[in-house]
Parts: sequence; structure tokens; C-alpha cells
Amino acid sequence: SSWWSHVEMGPPDPILGVTEAFKRDTNSKKMNLGVGAYRDDNGKPYVLNCVRKAEAVIASKKMDKEYLPIAGLADFTRASAELALGENSEAFKSGRYVTVQGISGTGSLRIGANFLQRFFKSSHDVYLPKPSWGNHTPIFRDAGLQLQAYRYYDPKTCSLDFSGAMDDISKIPEKSIILLHACAHNPTGVDPRQEQWKELAAMVKKRNLLVYFDMAYQGFASGDINRDAWAVRYFIEQGNNVILSQSYAKNMGLYGERAGAFTVICSDAEEAKRVESQLKILIRPMYSNPPLNGARIASIILNTPDLRKEWLVEVKGMADRIISMRTQLVSNLKKEGSSHNWQHITDQIGMFCFTGLKPEQVERLIKEFSIYMTKDGRISVAGVTSGNVGYLAHAIHQVTK
Amino acid sequence: RVSLLLAAYRTDEGKPWVLPVVKKVEQMIANDNSLNHEYLPILGLPEFRANASRISLGDDSPAIKENRIGSVQSLGGTGALRIGAEFLRRWYNGNNNTATPVYISAPSWENHNSVFVDAGFKDIRTYHYWDAAKRGLDLQGLLDDMEKAPEFSIFILHACAHNPTGTDPTPDQWKQIAAVMKRRFLFPFFDSAYQGFASGSLDKDAWAVRYFVSEGFELFCAQSFSKNFGLYNERVGNLTVVGKDADNVQRVLSQMEKIVRTTWSNPPSQGARIVATTLSSPQLFAEWKDNVKTMAGRILLMRSELRSRLESLGTPGTWNHITEQIGMFSFTGLNPKQVEYMIKEKHIYLMASGRINMCGLTTKNLDYVAKSIHEAVTK
Repeated sequence: SSWWSHVEMGPPDPILGVTEAFKRDTNSKKMNLGVGAYRDDNGKPYVLNCVRKAEAVIASKKMDKEYLPIAGLADFTRASAELALGENSEAFKSGRYVTVQGISGTGSLRIGANFLQRFFKSSHDVYLPKPSWGNHTPIFRDAGLQLQAYRYYDPKTCSLDFSGAMDDISKIPEKSIILLHACAHNPTGVDPRQEQWKELAAMVKKRNLLVYFDMAYQGFASGDINRDAWAVRYFIEQGNNVILSQSYAKNMGLYGERAGAFTVICSDAEEAKRVESQLKILIRPMYSNPPLNGARIASIILNTPDLRKEWLVEVKGMADRIISMRTQLVSNLKKEGSSHNWQHITDQIGMFCFTGLKPEQVERLIKEFSIYMTKDGRISVAGVTSGNVGYLAHAIHQVTK
Repeated sequence: RVSLLLAAYRTDEGKPWVLPVVKKVEQMIANDNSLNHEYLPILGLPEFRANASRISLGDDSPAIKENRIGSVQSLGGTGALRIGAEFLRRWYNGNNNTATPVYISAPSWENHNSVFVDAGFKDIRTYHYWDAAKRGLDLQGLLDDMEKAPEFSIFILHACAHNPTGTDPTPDQWKQIAAVMKRRFLFPFFDSAYQGFASGSLDKDAWAVRYFVSEGFELFCAQSFSKNFGLYNERVGNLTVVGKDADNVQRVLSQMEKIVRTTWSNPPSQGARIVATTLSSPQLFAEWKDNVKTMAGRILLMRSELRSRLESLGTPGTWNHITEQIGMFSFTGLNPKQVEYMIKEKHIYLMASGRINMCGLTTKNLDYVAKSIHEAVTK
């Protein structure tokens, strides 16, 4: 007999399941709108030019493969902090922060979660927006924290339930942990406006909450890195010492290279040193030290003026293409004769769109039109092209008219 | 100034060494425009996983033939150990049984303890391993500890080139160890960070793991390609699961996937591609084995050169352990005072335990190191 007879089969990953089914489909018009990765207008993965150039620089330098420090590549972590906080940020200039390299967004979130479990004694409750990225819950749970929720998405309007959010947040026990998506909320694409962010910042400060920002789409949402980081920077300016997770998977297309960072804004540089020492103690028994390749590519791009400029243009290009697909989808739906209000498609931002489609309608899209998405009606706009947006609009109209 | 501290290979010029086969494969990858940076599957690059496990278990492994192995690409050997530890804490010996004893050799790599503590285990113990008096394996102490260990205890075993002592059980001793473990229902978790690097032969260095598989054990083996591929900073590792049958292994992997998903989601691509490309090409594989022999050979040479110098100098004590020990490290047997002398007076840096990294020795510094050891022992 086996040690593992009692081990249950883990449930299949819902998003992967979509891709699996898509692969099996033989319909030539099939569309995969489940995948959370950018595609160009031909539906192909896109390797950024600035990434290729950075790789050429790396190849020419013939560097060794010695272990990185536990906290990662210093040029990368410093540049990541500057990218998120802004070069004029008081917190950045004073050095009252620590940034460690993490395994893309997930790994960075997990470092933070483990750190909170060990050192945040006031509370082990993490408040997530309803809904949030599916992996947030298991990450925090595996780190030993409890999950709570605050209202966020209003399915009736397909936009932000701001009064519901403010109401719920006003009742969160003091010194709890609240997670906020810095921009391009996943899965809804619904972000607060700046005036709303201001009110949220005042409320979390009033409730004395520890703010955990998840920023996986800086630059990728509006096309402007400063605009996308506005909320993070505003919260810090207002006196919230936030913690932050960053990912370079989408905005630099470095998905499989796992480049990310975790930051803690501290009272001063001395506190930051102590926090760093504890983060290293957490990281060492997880994977010892982080992988170099992705971080080095990102570092070269961020720290080389020409490449940085080129990157900003390319990330804006990706964001613009997505915005353009949103616009085209709405106009195509109008052309199809749909009488529904599809404004939320262009109001929402980032890779994902909560269409408002019901499970039965999603089912029909999959079965009758070979258009694949998750049951909650979320589509990855990155999977839409000028070549298939008409077909998508037609199909959506058919199942909603 | 000589550093015998760091745990990485160095050439005779004291420099890091990017393996020629790695340079070649990196160039191939750089020139391949069909490649992109898309996510790997959660469990990793399929060609990497299969080849990595095959290297460990052997081409003719009965477990592979019977389709009862699984692999999880991990962030280095540490990552593989952690995923294995997290899984064991959740699913081994009941559900979430944090009380299952975990036995780690005395001494061992210092991070082993932290891996299992952070994975949630509450009862971490040591098993006798190093006999300081005879400078060798304390086999009897080890076997006694296994006899006394509660049933189902987990034992962390170094597959070869024990870190830090460089002292491995002989095949005969491994057989004795396996017999006790089988009888006492103890779980073998192998840490294999130096395959090929220890003796120069991949197969010889994998003998213990393969023997346990042939004896019908279900086991885990955490592999690192940091040293034998010199891919330290790319974090290339693999956790091999050997089970009773395919169905059990499948369920285990499905649960490991969930653990991976909340730890790093999916593993880094670059290092796995390099290893997979190398292992799946007969020509590149042969080149790699050659590169590995180069590294192992230099270490073996430094061992014999150091020993012969100490014996020529007439340094008190016996020094055969230096050539009998295997792998990157040697437990010299120097005591703390002697170690302090080496560091303070001779600027030769080594661990307080007396552990030296053989890779820090070069033809240029051998004389100085040998003389310094002589002084430390005689003064």
C-alpha cells in the first residue's frame, strides 16, 4: 500500500481548464479569452524589443552565474522601488523602504503574506475586494492568515460599488490588513477614480489599516507608468506606510522569467534594515535566493535611458491596443444592433473585462461559438484582435439579445 | 588571502566557471527566435522534468518504466526541498500532522532545519552522522537512531557528497540503512545537490537513490542543478516523487501543484531550458558529462595534493580523510582554536566547524594552505 492512498485529487484549475478545452476545439474561429497574457494583433505572444535588446546586452557581457544575494539583484530592486514610488518620492529618497526581489507577483505576495503572519501581531485578517484575483485567497491562507472581504464590484452596473466599499471599509476593525489593487483590478477591470482613491486613502488611514497594494499592471493599464502608480504614491504621501507587491510579467512580457519585487515602506532607513533582515530569513528556506535572468533583463531596461524610453513606448503600445479593442468591441456590438449598455467595457481598464455575461450565456459562447472564457464572464481583452473582434461582438449579441 | 568558505566551484585561477556546454546552449537559445517568455506550466517545463528525474533515477529505472514517478520543477534544490516538506506536512502520516518527527543529520546543511520548520513541522531532530573522533561516519549511531525513531519519521538523506562532512555511506552501509528504514517504516527524503560532482560519475553518485527505489521505497528526491551545471543563479531544481503506482503519484502531483501555485505560481524558464536542451541531446549530454568530470577531477586533484603535502610535512594526525571524503567539502578536523589561527594569522577563511571548500584550493595556494594547517596543528 502507499503512503498516499488518502491523498485527494486536487480540483482542476478553472483557468487552465479553459485553455485545455480551447486547445481541444477544432473550430477555426475559436478564441481563447481566458488567458491572462498579452497577445499582439495577430493573437501571438509578444516579446518586447527592449527585452530583446537587453538580452543582447546580457549575451555580450558573458557574465558568471554566481548566486544572487537572498534579497536579489540590487540594481533591480532599487529600480523597482523607484518605478513604483517615483524618483521624487520622499520615501524613496530618504531610503525608508526595503525592496526585495520576489518570484514575480505571486512570489512577492507570498513573501509579504509570510512576513505579515510572522510580524504583524495586531491582526491576521486580510480584507480582499469582492471579487479579487483567484489566487489571492489561497496565497494568504497558506501563509496562515484569514480572509475577509469588502464590497467592490457592483454587478448591476458593472462598475465600482463605491458606497458599498466605503461602508464596509469603515467597519473593518482597526489594524487589520486591507489589500488593494493598485490599477487594472483583476478580474473586473474596475478601478476607482482619483477622487475615490482620495476618499479611500482617508478612510483606511482613519481606520488605521495596514495597506497591501498588489501592482501587477503598472504601465499596462493606462499606458502611463506614473498614472498607474498614482494611488500607491498618494497613499504613501498621505502617511500610509504601505507594503507593495510588483510584477514584471505583463508590463515587460517577462511572464516565465518570474521577475517581481516586494516592498515595505518603513518609518526610517534603520527600520528598513531590520525588516530586510527578517525578509531574508523568510526567503532563505523557501528557495534560498531568486532567479537572475528576468531581474537582470528588467534592471537593464529600467537603468538604461534609451531602453527605458523604448520600454515606455512599448508598454503604452500594449495598453493602447487593449483600449482600442475595448472601443472596437463596443462599436461592433452597436453595429450588431445590441440595445444593451456596454459602456462598462470601455470604462473598465487593463487586461480583463467583466462583461456582465451570465454563466448560461458564457456556456453558449463556448458551445456554440467556440469562444472560451471563465464562468464569471471575465474576458482577457488581450486575446481580442482586430481580426476577431467582429466575431466576438456578433456572438455576444446572439447570446444576449 | 584564501577563501575556503563559499559553496561554489572555482577554477584553478580561482574564478567562477560557466560550463562550456552551458555557454553553447545559451547561444542556441538566444538565437532561437521561436522562443518567447510565456509562462511555464505550474509544475514546470515537461522536457526538463522528465529528463531531470531520469538523470537521478537512471535510464532503466523500474519506477520510470512502471510510470510511477512524478516531477516538480523547483527553484533550486532549496525550492524542491520546500515543496516536498510542505506536501509532507499536509499529507504524510495523516492530514496536517505537524508532529511527525523529521530527522536531519548531525551535522547537515544549516538550511535544512529552517526549511522543515517553516513548512510547519514541530519536531525536528538530529540523527548521529559524523564521528569526530574517528573522522568518519558514525554508522552505529545512525542505525541506532533509526531503530529508536518513531515509525513513519521522515529522514533527510544526502544522496552523495554529504554537506558539510564529505563523508558518504558505502554501498554496503546504505544497504544496512535501507533495511532498517524499511522495517521501521521511515520515509526517505533524499537531497541530491552534487550528482556527478562528487565522484565524476552520474551513475555512481546516484547509487543510493536508485538502490532505495529498487528496494520498493516510496520516496522524494530533491535535485539541484546549481553545482553540476554551474547554474547557481538560475535556480534550477527538481523534486522527484517515486510512488507505488501512477494513480497515487498523480494525486500527489495534483496537490503539489496547489502548493506551487501559492508559492511561486510557476517556475523560471531560462535555467530549465538550458538543462532540458542539454540532457535531451546525446551530443550535448556527453559534453556536459565531460564538463562535470573536469570539475570533479580538479577537486579530486586538490584533495590528493593537499593530503600528500600534509603527509610530507609530517603534520601530526592522519590525513587520509581528505581523500576519502567526497564532493565539494572537507571536514578537516581542525578545532575552533586552530580554525581561529587559520583565519586570524594566516587569512585563510573557513567555517568554524573546520569545513573547507576544496574549490577554493588552487595549485598556487596549496603550499600556503598546507603549511598553514601544519602551523595551526603544531603550534
